[in-house]
Amino acid sequence: MKSIALDTAPGTGYANPIHEVECIIRSNDTVNGEYRLLVLNAPLELLDCEPGQFFHLLCPVSGTFKPYLRRPMSIYGYYPDRGELHFLYKVTGEGTSAIATLTTGDTLNVLGPLGRGFDILPNWQNLLLVARGVGLATLAPLALKSRRLNRKLTAICSARSRKLLLSLDYFNDLGVRVIAVTDEDGTSSVESMRSIIEGLIAEDPIDAMYTCGSNRILKLLQSVAATHRIPGQIALEQQMACGIGMCQCCVRAFHRDGGIVNERVCKEGPVFHLQEAVGC
Amino acid sequence: MLDISTQIGTLKLKNPIMPASGTFSEDLADVFDLDVIGAHVTKTVTREKRSGNPTPRVCEVRGSMLNSIGIPSKGVEAFKKDVIPFYSRYNAPLIVSISAGSADEFASLCEEISVPGVAAVEVNISCPNIKDDGKAFAMRPSTTHAVMRKLRDSTDLPLWAKLTPNTGETTEVAKAAEEAGADALVVSNTLLAMAIDIKTRRPKLGNLMGGLSGPAFKPIALRMAYQCAKSVDIPVIGCGGISTIEDVIEYLIAGAAAVQIGTATFIEPKIMARMVVDLAVYLETQGLSSVRQLVGCVDDKGASDGLVFMEAAP
Ligand SMILES: Cc1cc2nc3c(=O)[nH]c(=O)nc-3n(C[C@H](O)[C@H](O)[C@H](O)COP(=O)(O)OP(=O)(O)OC[C@H]3O[C@@H](n4cnc5c(N)ncnc54)[C@H](O)[C@@H]3O)c2cc1C
Ligand SMILES: Cc1cc2nc3c(=O)[nH]c(=O)nc-3n(C[C@H](O)[C@H](O)[C@H](O)COP(=O)(O)O)c2cc1C
Ligand code: FES
Repeated sequence: MKSIALDTAPGTGYANPIHEVECIIRSNDTVNGEYRLLVLNAPLELLDCEPGQFFHLLCPVSGTFKPYLRRPMSIYGYYPDRGELHFLYKVTGEGTSAIATLTTGDTLNVLGPLGRGFDILPNWQNLLLVARGVGLATLAPLALKSRRLNRKLTAICSARSRKLLLSLDYFNDLGVRVIAVTDEDGTSSVESMRSIIEGLIAEDPIDAMYTCGSNRILKLLQSVAATHRIPGQIALEQQMACGIGMCQCCVRAFHRDGGIVNERVCKEGPVFHLQEAVGC
Repeated sequence: MLDISTQIGTLKLKNPIMPASGTFSEDLADVFDLDVIGAHVTKTVTREKRSGNPTPRVCEVRGSMLNSIGIPSKGVEAFKKDVIPFYSRYNAPLIVSISAGSADEFASLCEEISVPGVAAVEVNISCPNIKDDGKAFAMRPSTTHAVMRKLRDSTDLPLWAKLTPNTGETTEVAKAAEEAGADALVVSNTLLAMAIDIKTRRPKLGNLMGGLSGPAFKPIALRMAYQCAKSVDIPVIGCGGISTIEDVIEYLIAGAAAVQIGTATFIEPKIMARMVVDLAVYLETQGLSSVRQLVGCVDDKGASDGLVFMEAAP
C-alpha cells in the first residue's frame, strides 16, 4: 500500500506536471505601501514554468484569518538557478492578509504551475506591454523572457500615483523602455495612453501587445490592435476554487466564431487572445 | 491479508474512496495517478449543451464553501466522444452522473449513456423537476419513485440515486429510491444556502443561492447517510464534508459502504490518493482486516426508531 506513487502515473505514460509542494519562505517584505514580495525556496520541478502561469496558494489559517479556498497568484519571478519562486501581491482580504503574516522560515503550500502562459511567437519582435497596478506582477516575467529572446520591448506602467508605481527598477534593469503614466499626473487616461501607443506604432510597428486585468486598458488595446491588426494577449482573473479545471467556477465569456463561449480562466487561461476577451 | 475493497451491488471497488460529481475531471490526472482510487465519477452531464449559472459561482464561508455552478454541459454527444474514452485507460470503474428536467428525459438520457466503458449511472435527482413544479425529484418520495422507476426500465447498468439534503423526508425518499430499483444511494448533494456581502449588500453568488459543501456540511450529510443506511438494504455511499481519514471512518461506521470526496480535493488535490493509504494504515493499526468490518458498526443499541429516523432537532 505504501508504495502508491502519488506523483507518477505508471502505465498511463502521463506525467503529472502539476505539483503540490510545501515551500520554505525566504522573505516576505513590503515593497511599497500597498504591495508585498514573497520569495519562496522552490524545487526545480516547480520552476519549469512560463510567464503568465500562476500558482494556487494554500493560505495559512490562524486565530485571526481563516481563509478556506486556495488563492490564485501569478508568477512574478521564477529562477531555477537560485531555486526561487516569487510572487508580488496586494493585501486585499482574508487570504492575502494571512499570506502577509508569513515570515522567513515559515512554509507555504503551493500548487502549480497552472494554466496557460503568454506566447512570444518567432515573428513577434517588437513587443508592447501595458500594465496597471499589481498587473505588473503578471507581466514582469514576460519582460524577462522577451529580453532573453532578444525582443524589443516597451512597457507602459500605469498606477494611481508615482509612489505606487511598481517594478520600474525591475524593467529599467532589464533595459526595457519604460513609460510611466499616473492618475495624479493625468497621463493615465485612455486618451493619453492611446496617443502614446499610436506614437510608438508610428515610430516602429508593434508586432504584439500584452496586458492584464484592467477593463479600461483592455478596451483601449482592443481598439488600437484592431485598427492596426496587431495580435495581442491578455491575462484575466476570476474567482477560483480548484484551480486545475475541475469545478468550472472560473469561467468567463469570450467572443469566438461569431458567438460567445465560456472558458475556464484556470485551464484555457489565464492568458487569452486580446480580441476574444469580453470587457465587463 | 488486508482487504480494503468494497462491494456496491454487483460492482466491486478496489477501495471505498471515490470523487464526488462536479469536483473531479480528467484534469486531476495531471496531479496523481487516477487509478489508485476506487472509482471515477464524472461531472453531471445533460443531454443538451448548457452554459451554467452566472458568476461568481463560488464563495467561501467559514471553513467551507457555497457553489452555484449549475450544470454547464457540453452535451451527451461530446461526452461520449471525449470523456468516456479518456477513462478507458484506467481500471477503476467509470460512474457517469446524469441529470434531466423530467422523468422521461432522465430515462432517455440514461439509455443513451449506457454504453461500454460505463460501469454505473449516478442519477442526480437532486436537480429540479422542471416539467413538474421545479422542486428537486429527491425532495419527495413520490417524485423519487416515479423518476427511478423510469430510469430502472431504461438501463441494465447499476443505478446510484444521488439524494438531496433539502428534504424533510430523508428515509422515505431513500426507501422510494430502493423500491423503484436503485442499486445504491449517494448521500448526499449540497444543502441550499446563502451568503451576502455586507459592504455591497449583494448576495455573494451570481445565482443568489447555492449549495453548501465542505466540513461545515459534514454532520448533516453524515446524519442522512446513517438514516439511509438504517432504512434500506442497498449500499449507501456517504458524501459530504469529508476532509480527513477520521471523517471517512466515521461514515463507514455510520453505515456507508464507500465514500465520495468533493470539496476537499480543491484544497488538497491528492487527498483521495492519500485517503487510500491512510485507510489501510488505520485498519492495520486497529487490527482490522477489511473495510467490511467497519461498515455499519455504529454502536446505537437501544436507540428507538423514533430517534434513528428523527427529522427535527431535539
Ligand atoms: C490567475 C490569477 C492571478 C493573480 N495574480 C495576482 C498577483 O500576482 N498579485 C495579486 O496581488 N493578486 C493576484 N490575483 C488576485 C488574487 O487572487 C486576489 O487578490 C486574492 O485571491 C484575494 O484574496 P483575499 O482573500 O485576500 O481577498 P477576498 O476579497 O477576501 O477574497 C474572497 C474570495 O474572492 C476571491 N478573489 C478576490 N479577488 C479576486 C481576484 N481579483 N481574482 C480572483 N479571485 C479573487 C478570493 O480568492 C477568495 O476566494 C490573481 C488572480 C488570478 C485569478
Ligand atoms: C463546485 C461543485 C460542483 C458540484 N457539481 C455537482 C454536480 O454536477 N452533480 C452532483 O450530483 N453534485 C455536484 N456537486 C455536489 C458534490 O458532488 C457533493 O455532493 C457535495 O459537494 C458534498 O460533498 P463535499 O462536502 O465533499 O464537497 C458539486 C459540488 C461542488 C462543490
Ligand atoms: S477554478 Fe475550478 S475550473 Fe477553474
